[in-house]
Amino acid sequence: MLIDRPDSYNEEARDQQRFSVRALLSVLILLALIAMLVVRMFTLQVGAHEHFITLSENNRLRIEPIPPTRGLIFDRNGILLAENRPSYQLEITVEQAGDLDPLLERLSGMVALTPSEIDRFRSLVRQRRPFQPVSLKSGLDDETVARIAVARHELPGVEIEARPVRYYPHGEDFAHVVGYVGRINEQDLQRLDTRNYAGTSHTGKTGVERHYEDLLHGITGHRQVEVNAQGRVIRELAVTPPVPGQDLFLGIDLELQLAARDALADLDGAVVAMDPSTGEVLALVSKPGFDPNPFVQGISRGDFAALQADPHNPLFNRALSGQYPPGSTLKPVVALAGLEEGVTTAERRMFATGYYQLPGHERRYRDWRRGGHGWVDMNRAIAVSSDVYFYDLGHKLGIDRIAPMLGAFGVGSRVGIDATGERSGILPSREWKRSAQNLPWFPGETLITAIGQGYMLTTPMQLADITSTLANRGQRVQPRLLRAIRQTGEADSVPQPVRFLEPVQASEAHWEAIHQALIAAVNERHGTAWGSVGSTSPGYVVAGKTGTSQVFSLGPDQEYKQSELDRRLWDHALFIGYAPADDPQIAVAVLVEHGGSGGRVAAPIAHRVMDHHLQSRGLLATVEGDL
Amino acid sequence: MISVTGRELTTGQWLLRSFRMDGMLALLIVMLLGVGLLVLFSASGEDMAALERQLLRIGVGFLGLLLVARVPISVLKAWSPWLFLLGLGLLLGVMFAGDVGKGARRWLDLGLLRFQPSEIMKLAMPLTVAWYLSLRSGPPRFVDLIVVGVLIVVPVLLIMRQPDLGTALLVGASGILVLLLAGLSWRWIAGMVVALAAAIPVLWTQMYDYQRQRVLTLLNPESDPLGAGYHIIQSKIAIGSGGLYGKGWLNGTQSQLQFLPERSTDFVFAVYAEEFGFMGILFLLLLYFLIVGRGLWIAAMAQDRFSRLVAGSISLTFAVYMVVNIGMVSGLLPVVGVPLPLVSYGGTSLVTLMLGFGILMAVQSQQRLVNR
Repeated sequence: MLIDRPDSYNEEARDQQRFSVRALLSVLILLALIAMLVVRMFTLQVGAHEHFITLSENNRLRIEPIPPTRGLIFDRNGILLAENRPSYQLEITVEQAGDLDPLLERLSGMVALTPSEIDRFRSLVRQRRPFQPVSLKSGLDDETVARIAVARHELPGVEIEARPVRYYPHGEDFAHVVGYVGRINEQDLQRLDTRNYAGTSHTGKTGVERHYEDLLHGITGHRQVEVNAQGRVIRELAVTPPVPGQDLFLGIDLELQLAARDALADLDGAVVAMDPSTGEVLALVSKPGFDPNPFVQGISRGDFAALQADPHNPLFNRALSGQYPPGSTLKPVVALAGLEEGVTTAERRMFATGYYQLPGHERRYRDWRRGGHGWVDMNRAIAVSSDVYFYDLGHKLGIDRIAPMLGAFGVGSRVGIDATGERSGILPSREWKRSAQNLPWFPGETLITAIGQGYMLTTPMQLADITSTLANRGQRVQPRLLRAIRQTGEADSVPQPVRFLEPVQASEAHWEAIHQALIAAVNERHGTAWGSVGSTSPGYVVAGKTGTSQVFSLGPDQEYKQSELDRRLWDHALFIGYAPADDPQIAVAVLVEHGGSGGRVAAPIAHRVMDHHLQSRGLLATVEGDL
Repeated sequence: MISVTGRELTTGQWLLRSFRMDGMLALLIVMLLGVGLLVLFSASGEDMAALERQLLRIGVGFLGLLLVARVPISVLKAWSPWLFLLGLGLLLGVMFAGDVGKGARRWLDLGLLRFQPSEIMKLAMPLTVAWYLSLRSGPPRFVDLIVVGVLIVVPVLLIMRQPDLGTALLVGASGILVLLLAGLSWRWIAGMVVALAAAIPVLWTQMYDYQRQRVLTLLNPESDPLGAGYHIIQSKIAIGSGGLYGKGWLNGTQSQLQFLPERSTDFVFAVYAEEFGFMGILFLLLLYFLIVGRGLWIAAMAQDRFSRLVAGSISLTFAVYMVVNIGMVSGLLPVVGVPLPLVSYGGTSLVTLMLGFGILMAVQSQQRLVNR
């Protein structure tokens, strides 16, 4: 026991030794822990460095898009049709505004806010980036701006910003040509390049705005900014400026467009005028029009419903989307087919009675004129618009020889106008009928096709194109709205080239025969347009053809009496023509829905359009000068 | 050359000796404080005022260090239990009359001074356990384990309930470390480990929701990237994006652009790692290791059990501080609110640490005198 009991010194030494062992062990453990930390740091800083540097850059850098300025749209003389106007917009930066509900409550006392505007705002708030102002209402008037400006110190995060907003100064008159832009929606996002539209709120929805979206939009610029954790921009690191959209010059002549509008007056219909040598559309009117400006910021449900419910259907683009039976206006094309196929000659005469019967058939195909037109050759048949002559010619040709000629003029295919909404019409043929109705072609259908009725449908745009081809004696020119493009900032615009299409082949003598017949229709006393155009001594020679197309079918023994019919069942009035006949400067197609007679209603409208155009081109002494 | 005890001393040595300083330890501490000020300047967004406040604290800390270094070990030893009782009393006081700051009741307002009594415990704990064990001889026995166990558990629980998990951990560690250094037999150590493992479920039920959340967040920070996981995710991004050489002083985007939360306090290590990279971290870890090593060296050279145990515990607790902080900032440990010692911005912890180093200095200088 004595041996085991250490003296104090020994105990002290042992304790020190014990301590040293423990201390050494601790150092080893500490080294192991430090090694673990080093491994950890190595993993993070060297192993996963790329990963974390990316995360850190993503934290720090933000690319902010700078939307480009949309290109302007002018008429051929440089008059603005679509411009960008600063519009006062009420914007809220949510991060600075605090609680939204009381704020919206307050604002609704100063600005008229509809529930749909508030809903739209709330959905935009959910999609926003931090510190991105969200638009609550646009198009504020001066009074509202002033009211908010006064109270602004009580409204944190509320800003009034002037932002460019599309404006159409000639609203209603160009709605069906220029179209309009609207807010980008889900559908638009499917087709738009989302990267180039990162900062863009609007896109072309219809018309030229839609067709030339790529030219008008421009290229979005970018601002690379450094942001802090709250999303506030600290500094700008790099800027790629946006490239503004290009300015478009349309071939449309504002004055002519307005003249055509005035000529239509309060009738529903369409006027399309083209320059046959270039294919430029000089006027394209569809009446009634509508004001596209409310569509830019989003038209209210009520207003939109009212437009849709309007019996005159102002949203409907009659010039491009309206498909009507061309009626007698396409008789010249059928005549040309007859000449080219050798089925008839210009000189061959027939006695045109009041009706036509297919051999061995009972059914009578009536002429528009009771009692018929007597002896007619081709020239007279076109001028007086003899149905019986064309029933006979149609029968002799057969649908298989009529359809190709109509097709060569473009019936049944879109002209490819550079706007939206164009439809193709219908080119009737055996093949078409089999695929569309799964029925064989009946001989009687050939007869009514020959007078432009039945299945055949054309748009006013197509009719203008066909007129232009007639004026050019077969040379087809691509119709287009765009005349020239100007890069913003540059002084000169670049004209778009004229595109010639596959011509309609026919002998010169045959073209001349048709040409003379079209002159006769307007300028001979027996011509269908003599009373309304030819007899007014216009001072230049108009070539043209009237048309009156049925809206509903009469029974074989019924008679069409306009006065007894509801206006909606009245015939459509049509006229196609070009002038001056020997040097065509303008080709015009006019359609008046339920207008009645083509000669009395449609032809004078075309005449006024021609007058205006030829006067303004100096090809005709002004009326004032004449007097 | 000044001759004091017959040996020739340089002026520097004479100065150090008259201030009771260990030159090596003092140099390492100053270097670490220097690094700390550098990082702090960057982490605070080049805020000179914050830097001045920290400098003031360092000054106060140094003053305390110099004072403590002069206190004879015997006095320190005699005061230890009283300090412990004072600390315990204040902890109870905090429980009933403490100020709430950041949702926790940690502060005691003494009119002039607002401080955390748990800081007293950081020093009182190792002192008292060492005091108790120095009354006994040989390795701690079962009775000692029970007594020391009570000494540790009571204040630790009080601190945990404040709640202040980080300080509780450090205070507990400082007590346990004394036991370990005193030569607690391996059987008991194994037993303690088992007991701790068994206590984990009990602790879990005792924890506050946010403390549990931190543990859960550690296991899967990405589960809540904008909430509880945000700290760890951003801190890992800061560390990882620093790479081998760092983004450079004042160039850490994570910290400068305020993505990193708590960047001057608990997460200051991430700022350092982002700006100075892996190489900087190696340097920092070396500095910490040298300080701990020097402290243990001083402890091992001490001539009495009390000094050894106190010095050893203080040095190793310092190591625990560092490992826990870096572990939590780098996502290895839960976020428990332990600052990076001598670097993190914040007063009380820094001053307590400096006082602890004062004790080390006292041990070192008095051992030298004894040796004489």
